Amino acid sequence: MAQIFHPSFNTLSRVSIFGAVFFLGAAVWGWDRLLRSPYNTQVNVAREQPVPFSHKHHVAGLGIDCRFCHTSVEESAFAGIPPTKTCMGCHSLVWKDAPMLEKIRESYRTDAPVEWVRVHDLPDFAYFDHSIHVSKGIGCTTCHGQVDEMPLTWRENTLNMDWCLSCHRDPEVFVRDRADVFSTEWRPDDVSAEERAELAERYHLESMTNCSVCHR
Amino acid sequence: MSARNRLGAALAGALLLTACRQDMHDQPRYEPLEASAFFADGRSSRPQVAGTVARGELRLDAHLYAGTVNGEPATEFPFEITMDVLERGRERYDIFCSACHDYVGNGEGIVVRRGLKQPPSFHIERLRDAPPGYFFDVITRGFGAMYDLSDKVPVEDRWAIIAYVRALQLSQNATMVEVPAGMRAMLESEAGQ
Repeated sequence: MAQIFHPSFNTLSRVSIFGAVFFLGAAVWGWDRLLRSPYNTQVNVAREQPVPFSHKHHVAGLGIDCRFCHTSVEESAFAGIPPTKTCMGCHSLVWKDAPMLEKIRESYRTDAPVEWVRVHDLPDFAYFDHSIHVSKGIGCTTCHGQVDEMPLTWRENTLNMDWCLSCHRDPEVFVRDRADVFSTEWRPDDVSAEERAELAERYHLESMTNCSVCHR
Repeated sequence: MSARNRLGAALAGALLLTACRQDMHDQPRYEPLEASAFFADGRSSRPQVAGTVARGELRLDAHLYAGTVNGEPATEFPFEITMDVLERGRERYDIFCSACHDYVGNGEGIVVRRGLKQPPSFHIERLRDAPPGYFFDVITRGFGAMYDLSDKVPVEDRWAIIAYVRALQLSQNATMVEVPAGMRAMLESEAGQ
């Protein structure tokens, strides 16, 4: 009977035995890269919406404050998505016949909600509250990025637990004055390390890494 | 395939499958404004039944909640206007009013420049003489092209905004004599620039 395996298989088998650890390592690394890729985290992926709402136009172009639409961000866990009436406050007269806005007008006529596509969605086992972050001097752009530069809205950060912890371990690095929380012009360099330490003291910031802070 | 191999394959398969279960991510409860398959209109956030009065929201105080005293627009504020109230009023005015009324109340805000109907300036005779209750009614029920802001601005904030509008009206019609002595030099040097 002829040999089934060619002599070169001796080498191959040795390589694969000693190389197994590298193959496994590569597989784990590849899996990790996949989980952290925009394919999975949706970071920098602009979402299609039923109406192509542009934060860039409304925030940078018109200077409308975040809280004009996201009215509950200072008092509640949920920042709030505006009712169609908020859109119509201006668009009953401005761009009132634009085809792009037909779904808004239809929603206003029929009282059926516009079905916006959610951009930021935490897992249900993570508790999150906007109001406490805002009142402790953590600004919108720190987590949501420069929303004023987004024609369609995308997710700026992964919302993964290691990302949350990067601030929860040492919030002093990201704090700003409460007066600047809703500013889109504020940049991290605007505050010196001493000022940040002073703000952290004033707002009673501390490292919050106990599991039950978020998983309650 | 031997029994051991089969067990191995089953274990590997089980490991891969666990990554795909999202039960804990999406628990059977609604997040705010989440779509619902249960209700006919698809909303999980249910509209209030007409006539609902939530605990603590009976709103019997007509002065505070409707801006009227004995059925007439209130001529006084329902609570004391302090510097804190004015600061709050400025902040809320800048958020909710400035887009149309502009930051000084002249009615030439950016949305007006883009085509919304121009509101009257707060500095005309009629509005300088209008009682606070009149402004409260406009914010609460809307007027002309302006939609009401009752769902966005709580009543206390509406009064704070009105107090700030009063401050704006003063600022645009003040004389140098009314400016505190310590501030005059600053204003004059700014005007000279």
